[in-house]
Amino acid sequence: MSVLVYAEHDNAALNKATLSVIAAAKEIGGDITVLVAGKGCGAVAEEAAKAEGVAKVLCADNDAYEHQLAENIGELVAEVAADYSHVLAAATTTGKNFAPRAAALLDVAQISEISDVVDADTFKRPIYAGNAIATVKCADAKKVITVRPTSFDPVAAEGGSASVESLDVVKDSGLSSFVGEELAKSDRPELASAEIVISGGRGMGNGDNFEILYKVADKLGAAVGASRAAVDAGFVPNDMQVGQTGKIVAPNLYVAVGISGAIQHLAGMKDSKVIVAINKDEEAPIFQVADYGLVADLFEAVPELDSKL
Amino acid sequence: MKVLVPIKRVIDYNVKVRVKADHSGVDLANVKMAMNPFCEIAVEEAVRLKEKGVVSEIVAVSIGPKAAQEQLRTAMALGADRSILVETDEDVQPLGIAKALKAIVDEEKPELVILGKQAIDDDNNQTGQMLAALTGMPQGTFASEVNVEEGKVKVTREIDGGLQTVELKLPAVVTTDLRLNEPRYASLPNIMKAKKKPMDVKSPADLGVDMTPRVTIEKVETPAERKAGVMVGSVDELVDKLKNEAKVI
Repeated sequence: MSVLVYAEHDNAALNKATLSVIAAAKEIGGDITVLVAGKGCGAVAEEAAKAEGVAKVLCADNDAYEHQLAENIGELVAEVAADYSHVLAAATTTGKNFAPRAAALLDVAQISEISDVVDADTFKRPIYAGNAIATVKCADAKKVITVRPTSFDPVAAEGGSASVESLDVVKDSGLSSFVGEELAKSDRPELASAEIVISGGRGMGNGDNFEILYKVADKLGAAVGASRAAVDAGFVPNDMQVGQTGKIVAPNLYVAVGISGAIQHLAGMKDSKVIVAINKDEEAPIFQVADYGLVADLFEAVPELDSKL
Repeated sequence: MKVLVPIKRVIDYNVKVRVKADHSGVDLANVKMAMNPFCEIAVEEAVRLKEKGVVSEIVAVSIGPKAAQEQLRTAMALGADRSILVETDEDVQPLGIAKALKAIVDEEKPELVILGKQAIDDDNNQTGQMLAALTGMPQGTFASEVNVEEGKVKVTREIDGGLQTVELKLPAVVTTDLRLNEPRYASLPNIMKAKKKPMDVKSPADLGVDMTPRVTIEKVETPAERKAGVMVGSVDELVDKLKNEAKVI
């Protein structure tokens, strides 16, 4: 067995999700190779080489890979995959974008968002918005898999000493091009990897009121999330959305403020270690999953919480 | 131009699913079924493009049981001009579906295929990308804005850190995210009219594709239940519990 792990990065630094994918690769077994594709991504390759358990790093540095366009990355991965029994990527928007494309080019199934490795052919994954867990077995010779990062404890970022080889395969389909991007700026930790997450829902009333959550978040070193209702109402940008159609988080502490707890939202946070709900409606479904529930007006409870931390 | 919109019949998103006692799957007997919410958004986008005069014909496609006719009728009531049902009672998986769709794309030659980003039953998020790979088309996944221009389409995509815009050469595959649009409801007169719109029924054999499942489901379980929590009476008590009992702050 030999596992190829696709590195998630922004051409400057390795995304922590990759360390969780390497952890999943270790459970499968065999040699682990990390593929870093990007533009000017040498530092990322060096960083990946230091991760625990990595045997080799392949670095494909080319203009064609700068923005991780699925057309180019899909072809690159499908070609590099020839030497590997498993291809793993994080179940992020990047991984979800190119992995199925690479799998189809290889004429194999793709297994999405695994949460557990049973053996080299068998995996567990949530279905129906996390309301059921399926154990699936793949008959294909090559397995293309996306890994839910929050389900695997990341390997150590230091301590490894893999060799870095540059890869001269250039795949440029010419079918797509990058126009621009608009990234939400934030000094707070990234939502998907934060230890503590505080989320607001429709109960926040408007975007300005999120300020009270930001204050608490800054004291706790937490990331701030939101329910779909809060995003759809325009309170906050959509990359803050936690849920089946947003981000899946599993922090140590998740504080849901003014969130009723729809199935769709729970799918994104119910694996959190400790869940706190603050809601004025004592019937809200969120209280059924909360470890600690407080029935209170959030506009009184949150500032009070802020003052007592 | 012609648009192809593949849609899926799934359990209604409001239904709380129950795992079967023998762990073979989820109980779908007598459960309300509906069009997958992301597919509704795909149909809506196609209809809006037609209303703008960009699109001349919308073809809805579904691959699945005979009952998926209901969802195709819904798509036609919403504005699709005609539909194709590839009828099969087999377990259909994304790669097989993508192959069947490729056969239909080869026949119909649409310039744009719009799919939902994922179905809320299997939560796979694969079919659009696989279809794009098999047909050699570029892909604009998780679209929150779609602008068709001469010979190309600009797609704004929802990515983890925010938004990204890409330009794709037509023909292309687009998969919809929730924020792309708000789907309309079918009016009664349109539901009546949809009954007269043409629906082609085919079999996987007609298309000459092998849809054999590659992945077998060994077992389906209910996720571990969370232990019942406690209600606290005050913020002080909450802070105390988090510090001293849960030790998370």
